[in-house]
Amino acid sequence: MNELNLSSMLFCLMLATFVGFQVIQNVSRLLHTPLMSLTNAISAIAVVGSILIAGEQKTTFSTALGAVAVFASVTNIVSGFLITDRMLKMFKERPKS
Amino acid sequence: MITLVTQLSYLVAATLFVFSLRWLSRPKTARRGVGAGVVGMALAMFGTLLHPHIIGFEWIALAVIAGTLVGVPLSRVPLTAVPQRTAISHAFGGLAAGLVGTAKYSIWLGEGELTAFRTTAIVIEVILGFLTFTGSLMAAGKLQEVIPTRPITYRGQNAVNFTLLAVAVLCGVGLALNPENWHLFAVIVALSLSFGVLLIIPIGGADMPTVISLLNSYAGLAAVAMGFVLENQLLIVAGALDGASGFILSVIMCRAMNRSFRNVLFGAFGQVQTKAVAGEAKPVKSATPQDAADYLAQAQRVVFVPGYGMAVAQAQHRVREIYDELTKRHIDVKFAIHPVAGRMPGHMNVLLAEAEIPYEALVEMDEINPEMAQTDVCVVVGANDVVNPAARSDRSSPIFGMPIIDADKARVVLANKRSMNPGFAGIDNALYSADNTLMVFGDAKSVLGDIAAALRADSEGREAA
Repeated sequence: MNELNLSSMLFCLMLATFVGFQVIQNVSRLLHTPLMSLTNAISAIAVVGSILIAGEQKTTFSTALGAVAVFASVTNIVSGFLITDRMLKMFKERPKS
Repeated sequence: MITLVTQLSYLVAATLFVFSLRWLSRPKTARRGVGAGVVGMALAMFGTLLHPHIIGFEWIALAVIAGTLVGVPLSRVPLTAVPQRTAISHAFGGLAAGLVGTAKYSIWLGEGELTAFRTTAIVIEVILGFLTFTGSLMAAGKLQEVIPTRPITYRGQNAVNFTLLAVAVLCGVGLALNPENWHLFAVIVALSLSFGVLLIIPIGGADMPTVISLLNSYAGLAAVAMGFVLENQLLIVAGALDGASGFILSVIMCRAMNRSFRNVLFGAFGQVQTKAVAGEAKPVKSATPQDAADYLAQAQRVVFVPGYGMAVAQAQHRVREIYDELTKRHIDVKFAIHPVAGRMPGHMNVLLAEAEIPYEALVEMDEINPEMAQTDVCVVVGANDVVNPAARSDRSSPIFGMPIIDADKARVVLANKRSMNPGFAGIDNALYSADNTLMVFGDAKSVLGDIAAALRADSEGREAA
């Protein structure tokens, strides 16, 4: 790792945290439960790292750990997005009379 | 060329994740947000599968199939079980981070590629990942009531916890200086796993909204650390979004309880209140469901205050029946939602939305409080501490200073409870013995069902006449 990489990653972290604060402060309190399940699914982006480990197949040990990590992440992706959508479908406006 | 496609897919995925959260801000655009998230995730996975280092797909395919098979039923749990499901998914997020960190450590150890920086990043990833894993499993166990929900405390608990964490961090420093010493790595893994358990056992049910938010934040930070290990910007961005979200939610929850992080995590809330339980039982007035129905039918403005008890009794559909009967009579009905009502942020909103109550009727605490004095009837369903006037007036109360819904200011308060046993915290609630309060004892589901039936009978009687 060179310093350029490290500093670009830190910049990335700083900006993403800032954007995260801005965007999430705007989320209505009504939707805080769906917010949590959605960010859950998004943070299952760990699947990217897991796929690399499971697919590189460097050692049996690492492949096994990687496969379990892919399993855990995919479970979060699938259940997270599905349940968020299921909950959001329930939020209805008052019918216009 | 392939890496360019991968990089591009990551860039688009990160953008879509930001849009996904942005669209979630309002109910109207929220489902579009889910769509953006799904597309982003699919792109990220697709881009990763193109990576030249991947030599075999069989394990990936198997794990994806298994994950889907488990994920689909997990998304269909009843809405009352959503807090548990959320805790379990935090556990899985932590587990994935911990395992990837461990695998990466073992690979680099074998290849002699461990640097101080890589080791440090791995240590952070592994500590956060594994403590989130066991901590969230404990939280899920408490929420499912497999593990006792009351706080488990013992003398010197905080000292033990801090020592454990300090030893883990020291081992981490040692490992960064001498990355080949894999024994230290094993110690770190063991300590983080135990720390997660110990961190959660002293936490009681009512503090769960804060703790779940905090674990959400940790799961995100673990993903950020993984991004530093793998030098992957997409992981850093997505993890930071999740971490920021969990952090904001924890802050909102703490503010809503007038408590600090330190106090939630290390305060062992339940312990302080045991002395407050022993108080003279004050006389309370009780009412039948029929009386309650009569009060409601004569009201012009009604406010419901739902709490965890409504979720436990699954009474939201009965609430909806009463709502229907009252709105038919042109009575204004609102729902006052305290930020920490229930077991996770937004818990009550989802349950009431499930019962098809329009979201315009769900009002936040700060908005409803000025209206409470003009409210004819306030119905408290399974809420306790969030309507306890002691929080405003009694300096000696453990919840003094916590913002509450001013239910006691309504002309008539109908409070439903199973019995006069004090709530989780064992704090006396002066609301129940107030002059304008009528207690309607019994299981929320059957009591509210009876009230709805009485209202229906009343309106049918009037139509017939």
